[in-house]
Amino acid sequence: MKKTENMVWRFFASVRLALFSLLILATTSIIGTLIPQKNPPEFYIEAFGQRTAQLFQMLDVPNMYNSWWFISLLLLFSINLIVCTIDRLPNVWKMVVMNNLDTDPERLEKMPHRQEFHARGNAAALAEIATGLLAKNGWKAQGETKPTGSLLFSQKLAWSRLGVYAVHLSILVIFAGAIIGSLLGFKAGVMIPEGSATDTVYETGTERPIPLGFTVKCDDFNVSFYADGTTPKEFRSNLSVLENEKIIIDKRPIIVNDPMNYKGITFYQSSYEPMQGFNVVITNKATKVSQSFQIPFGQKISWPEGGIDFGVINQEVRSRMGDVNRLKVWFSDGQGDPSIFWMDNNATQAISSPTAAYEFEASQVYATGLQVAKDPGVWTVYAGCALMLIGLYVAFFLSHRRVWVYIVREEAADRCRILVCGASSKNKIAFEKEFSALVECFTHDSTLQNA
Amino acid sequence: MNSSQLLGITTLAYLFSAILYIAIFVFRAKKLGLTATVVTACAFLINTAGIALRWQESYQAGIGYAPLSNMYESLVFFAWAIAIFYLGLEWKYKNRVLGAFSMPFACLSMAYASLSPQFGKEIKPLIPALQSNWLIAHVITCFVGYAAFAVASGMGIMYLIKDRKTNEGPGSLLASLPELKVIDDIIHKTLVFGFLWLTAGIITGAVWANSAWGTYWSWDPKETWSLITWFVYAATLHARFTRGWGGRRIAWLAVLGFLSVIFTYYGVNFLLSGLHSYGGGS
Repeated sequence: MKKTENMVWRFFASVRLALFSLLILATTSIIGTLIPQKNPPEFYIEAFGQRTAQLFQMLDVPNMYNSWWFISLLLLFSINLIVCTIDRLPNVWKMVVMNNLDTDPERLEKMPHRQEFHARGNAAALAEIATGLLAKNGWKAQGETKPTGSLLFSQKLAWSRLGVYAVHLSILVIFAGAIIGSLLGFKAGVMIPEGSATDTVYETGTERPIPLGFTVKCDDFNVSFYADGTTPKEFRSNLSVLENEKIIIDKRPIIVNDPMNYKGITFYQSSYEPMQGFNVVITNKATKVSQSFQIPFGQKISWPEGGIDFGVINQEVRSRMGDVNRLKVWFSDGQGDPSIFWMDNNATQAISSPTAAYEFEASQVYATGLQVAKDPGVWTVYAGCALMLIGLYVAFFLSHRRVWVYIVREEAADRCRILVCGASSKNKIAFEKEFSALVECFTHDSTLQNA
Repeated sequence: MNSSQLLGITTLAYLFSAILYIAIFVFRAKKLGLTATVVTACAFLINTAGIALRWQESYQAGIGYAPLSNMYESLVFFAWAIAIFYLGLEWKYKNRVLGAFSMPFACLSMAYASLSPQFGKEIKPLIPALQSNWLIAHVITCFVGYAAFAVASGMGIMYLIKDRKTNEGPGSLLASLPELKVIDDIIHKTLVFGFLWLTAGIITGAVWANSAWGTYWSWDPKETWSLITWFVYAATLHARFTRGWGGRRIAWLAVLGFLSVIFTYYGVNFLLSGLHSYGGGS
């Protein structure tokens, strides 16, 4: 029993499995980049034929990154990471916290970097000099008196041995964030015409209604274009949040890359749709009386208080989407002939009749398309990402460096043998330089030369 | 003088630099060494000036964006990153033969950017999704990583060439290449460096996607391929660290990894469709 347990453990702790899962994840991931994802079933039948499409559906290929088998591979990868860590971390931890003053002198003699000196003086005095030399080179040493003499030890960045485990942990943290997000969050969308509000959004893919618990109103939407007239420069919505009839957020502008967040739900500017209709503001210049309307296209509208009838009788469309570039207005205050004119969308036109002057402001009504996301896991994911970068840096570029100075009394009285030795967990070449600098310092010290 | 002219000169200068390094290697013309370095450094400075000027021109055109926003501009930056990475390598290892296996990448990248009719070179206004500072962070981190991987694959090729004919005499062409052990060390260090930047590139991309679309990861082909590349290099590094792989195997993996980089960078834009499509042609 013990043996099988051990075999299973060995299997999950093996680097072979890690390599296997990395490469199998890499290869299977390719499938979803070649076969378009998340299309309706008819798409696959048309593109690949009935039988292949059936096979695809069976294997969840149209949604492979959420399929049982791909998730299982990720799970296998995670288990491998966890078992690997549990298997190796205790030994590495021992290396980090171990008392290096207990190191067997025989092992010191076999260190990859070492240099021997002989000097007059007793062990304690020489240990003091050596401690000073170590300190001069940035090595803060601890000492211990041994029956044979004295042992000094100093180390740098012992904790850097943990870097690789920080990277492994960071992957699990990112997965945890992704799981939190998919269990407690949602991705949804909604179209809100200007001037309208909604308290419900619709889940992406399923169109399931999700109540927000508050109301979002689109006060205004604007799209502006670059001088070329076709490349959009900015999509901007002014959003308000209302809760129990109370305005919580008033006309917060959002643009792509600058979303609005309320109660953990984030609203992203994602698209827009021109509607058949206009927002119109008419101002009587003399009386300063002003009135706004939202009017449909091609209908005569009356404003009895102002004594005005008006309507949009024609429009010039910029794109297939139906963005209006210019509109033709019919306007009459009952005095003289009606005014009929073309004006730019989103502009103001001055109108004069025999008895009065008006300002006529018109802009097409748009609906703003919002992506709505709730993802309480996102900060966990970011924390994982930060941990990964720090961990990679530590794992690749920092090394645990150790030096020992072992001072042994020799048989001839008042004379000692001094062994300076060291080791580095990685980047041996850089350590060699550091070690040579230290040895140099020992060589040049006058008290150590007189042996 | 405008940026297109400067970048045109850059292409020629990198070509010249690559030819010089190859001459140093093939004809053992060590005398050309200093010239090659000076030409490369000048090419790099002209490249830098070209990018800076293009940046300024975009402001003059009333658009104002960092010139890192389409395929053309990214190829120009890719060449820039390869050049500075290589110059650093030359300075550190004091060996100019490395240039024969590095600078051709910078030259190819610039030549492809300049000569391919596929890419629009004009400064075009940025669509709203690209108007983000994360764009700069994302493109720089990715391409520094890609540049390192390009050089690593060059070193991999160098290793494989040297290893194949290692039993030839000391007077042979290959004797001027660094020792296999040294090449192996360069490959490893370059891969490690590239891997850190690739990771940062994927992360900055995810953060950006989250601020623009509300999803840090949507498995679109570009994201997925960057992850595939990451898996390939992660596997390579594990094979080395824990199973002691080295030499030919790692050299091959450095080449394979770079093929994955090219597909992520180029193949996805032109062969597959996805959110990154604006990185494509004209």
